[in-house]
Amino acid sequence: MNDRPDIGVEPLAQTITGHTVPALPRGVRVHDDKVRARTVLLAPERTLALDETSIAILNVTDGARSVRQISEALAEAYAAPVDVIEADVIGFFEALRDKRMVELT
Amino acid sequence: MTEALEAERVKPSSAATPAPPIALLAELTHRCPLACPYCSNPVALKPSSEELTTEQWVRVLREAAALGVLHVHFSGGEPLARSDLAELTAAARNAGLYTNLITSGIGLTQKRLKALAEAGMDHVQLSLQGTDAAMADLVAGYKGGYERKLAVADWVRAEGLPLTVNAVCHRHNMDRLEEMIDLSVRLGARRLEVATVQFHGWAERNRTQLMPTPEQAQTATRIVGEARERLRGILVIDYVPADYHARYPKPCMEGWGRVGLNIDPTGKVLPCHAAETIGWLEFDNVRSRLLDEIWYDGAAFNAFRGTDWMQEPCQSCERRDIDFGGCRCQAMALAGDAAATDPVCVKSPLHGELQTLAASAAHEPDTEFVYRGRA
Repeated sequence: MNDRPDIGVEPLAQTITGHTVPALPRGVRVHDDKVRARTVLLAPERTLALDETSIAILNVTDGARSVRQISEALAEAYAAPVDVIEADVIGFFEALRDKRMVELT
Repeated sequence: MTEALEAERVKPSSAATPAPPIALLAELTHRCPLACPYCSNPVALKPSSEELTTEQWVRVLREAAALGVLHVHFSGGEPLARSDLAELTAAARNAGLYTNLITSGIGLTQKRLKALAEAGMDHVQLSLQGTDAAMADLVAGYKGGYERKLAVADWVRAEGLPLTVNAVCHRHNMDRLEEMIDLSVRLGARRLEVATVQFHGWAERNRTQLMPTPEQAQTATRIVGEARERLRGILVIDYVPADYHARYPKPCMEGWGRVGLNIDPTGKVLPCHAAETIGWLEFDNVRSRLLDEIWYDGAAFNAFRGTDWMQEPCQSCERRDIDFGGCRCQAMALAGDAAATDPVCVKSPLHGELQTLAASAAHEPDTEFVYRGRA
């Protein structure tokens, strides 16, 4: 591996915490798949079928709210503990991050 | 063969009501400034005079969306050779499709890219034939191409569009895979497609020049595995390994007539881009039949749907729903029977012969490529 060309500091995937602000980047969008009666997330060469939880998360993901704020909004709407919700939200965005389907700031 | 087995063969396929397709490969034209010796277009290229018109494509894109297609891949040849590409992009987006431009980058300007982005292009997939001008321009048969491609990658990133680098691998460039991965990261690609040459059409003519060695194929698999770990969350890598050196065949097209379809420049609808190499198949054309009917009722699409068409050893194989018997076009080319087991498979009686052929092709001396469209 030492003969790989040096590209400087190897980039690292970002850790997601309550302070992270997620946003769907250009080229990743929610689509109403009428033919199959479901909601999907479309991205380069990928189609993800979204379940109700994922749809609820993306509905309050606006590029301004942090993971914590998203979790609080959902905790209120679903009358569930915010810590439990936040673990789900982080897990969801980690999966999208590994597929390069979310921008994190 | 017993009568019972014969009856089994002609009963309706177990996939008599297939699911709607997800992806449409729209080969808008066979015109292309490059001349890659592994081009996936057929050896008999279709002239521009036979191409579908703008209005015909717009209708087909709407039919595709209504049928259930979610992704349209504008391809060619070089799709930029069509002056109506922005119009077709807008029509696809209006129909609800996710739009992908599969391009060499040649023929693109920053202004045209902006126009395509404004028309709703969702994603750009840029081919790179090497990691430096010498290799890339030699393989593409186009001087100055590499520098232009790097500029295109910058424009795509500046526009904020997702970029995929499309790297076809073969004996000449496979040892530079690490560099290709690093270059993709530097260019800001979100995704890299590493596809080992599939030996159909033009690539078949160049088999002795393109065939990787078994060692190269193994090393590439290891490098991809390591890079996927190292670059998790940075770069997604999709990988098509060298199947001639494999034990089991690739799940070609994820199954015949299962998830995708291909429309050629003249409107002919194909289950895969190489399907015309199966001479006895009859293909429908969007000029004379609705896409919905072609997908569900077309003879070519139903020829290898499900598993009823399979022979042994595929028919009773525990992997038949994993790899669908492999590639029909490869079975046609190598076994002389499109319904045979893909000779790549270790269970095929032709497997040993194929491995010998691959090993011997991989060690042929380097000579000149037979360039697409120039021979």
